[in-house]
Amino acid sequence: MAQTYRSQLIDPLVDNNPITLQVLGICSALAVTSSMQVAFVMSLAVTLVTGFSSMFISMLRNQIPSSIRIIVQMVVIASLVILVDQVLKAYAYEISKTLSVFVGLIITNCIVMGRAEAFAMKNPPIASFIDGVGNGLGYGLLLMVVSVIRELFGSGSLWGVTILETVNNGGWYVPNGLLLLPPSAFFVIGLIIWAVRTWKPEQVEEREYKIQTVEGH
Amino acid sequence: MSEANENKGLIRRFLDAPPDSVGKTVVVAVALCLVASMVVSAAAVALRPIQDENKLRDKRINILQVAGVYDDTVPVNEAFEAFEPHVLDLSTGEFTDAFETSEFDALADAKDPSIMRPIDEDPAGLGGQMQAYRLVYLLRDDSGALDKVVMPIEGYGLWSTLYGFIALEENGNDIYGLQFYQHGETPGLGAEVDNPRWKALWNGKKLFDEDGDLAITVAKTPPPEGTDYYVDALAGATLTSRGVDNLVRFWMGQAGYGSFLEHLQAGEVN
Repeated sequence: MAQTYRSQLIDPLVDNNPITLQVLGICSALAVTSSMQVAFVMSLAVTLVTGFSSMFISMLRNQIPSSIRIIVQMVVIASLVILVDQVLKAYAYEISKTLSVFVGLIITNCIVMGRAEAFAMKNPPIASFIDGVGNGLGYGLLLMVVSVIRELFGSGSLWGVTILETVNNGGWYVPNGLLLLPPSAFFVIGLIIWAVRTWKPEQVEEREYKIQTVEGH
Repeated sequence: MSEANENKGLIRRFLDAPPDSVGKTVVVAVALCLVASMVVSAAAVALRPIQDENKLRDKRINILQVAGVYDDTVPVNEAFEAFEPHVLDLSTGEFTDAFETSEFDALADAKDPSIMRPIDEDPAGLGGQMQAYRLVYLLRDDSGALDKVVMPIEGYGLWSTLYGFIALEENGNDIYGLQFYQHGETPGLGAEVDNPRWKALWNGKKLFDEDGDLAITVAKTPPPEGTDYYVDALAGATLTSRGVDNLVRFWMGQAGYGSFLEHLQAGEVN
């Protein structure tokens, strides 16, 4: 095998991050990053789902007819997501209330499908599991970074603990309301991608077009 | 023995068959769906009691909070025993024994036709029908006299239906508290209905003015009746504030708890 388990786990964190490099899974990253607790539970849920769905799909990979392989992957992923949702509702009710539909929407998270299709269909179960967990962690890492920025400047707190006392509660800090709204995650993620690609220029994609010089008239 | 061998042979042959044959496609699809549905339904059934418990607990915490008796060191169910649930017939304003209080929530969640009635005017955005019966909670003081009444209310805000409770003093006019336990309003703007400082504004407000007219309002400026009947609207959340105004006025009005409040004010509820 070309990759060691260790590199499979570490690579997706920065060098091959599903969000910053592959730009997948953005939709849920917008929705659940307004507070750290929620982002953390979402990261955990996605990591578990990517890990186990990759493992199960990899176990079945030699038996899956190629004509229905996407549907088979979806069924496995969807079942796991419902399982996670049910468990959250039973054991973390408060958080499942805030996550609401977004746990269910893990089903449509491109990262899960992407790893199942690109990796698990061609690799043995353990490697697939680790690959899935690694990518889930890469997604989670970015979610946590975004949620720190959004929660600190949007609500003046971190992990629900007040850091900057907001005006609404009699303090001095005027929170940036934009950061509580999903579009702000676009800006934050965009800035992070820019920063990462400045730090690691090899991640910059090649232009798909060529700038031509036109003679002036 | 021979049958087991035959079976094994069948499975072996099946596994070795090319994945793309029609038979295999069908069998894989059916088998996968069966297994997946069994796993999912097993989880749903096994975890249902814990989930229902959580939901009930959450609701009870909200009732305790709105009545100002929540204490996180006391087990919720124990503290909740101080409350006396009653099913209220909104049309008469009297309690009824037609429904079991313990089963009423399930009926209400299912919008059971036996407890719903259509409404023509729908200022609270309830979707053309409302509950004709509601589960209300009475809280008594140490001497057993009526202290507070907690009533469920709901209505449409900007994006979502807000579900909550209002707690009134025993005179049926003074508001003790109001809070929502479920909504999907804009974080930082409409979702500030959860802000403790805003919720505290409701304490001590009055529903009806001296002439007995419903005067309570959520607005940007106080109404002519005075600040006793006025809760400041949320900054930057005009439509959520309007929704809260509408739903409070709807439920406190004649279509809602009106007749029950009259009984309360007359001191007929005890």
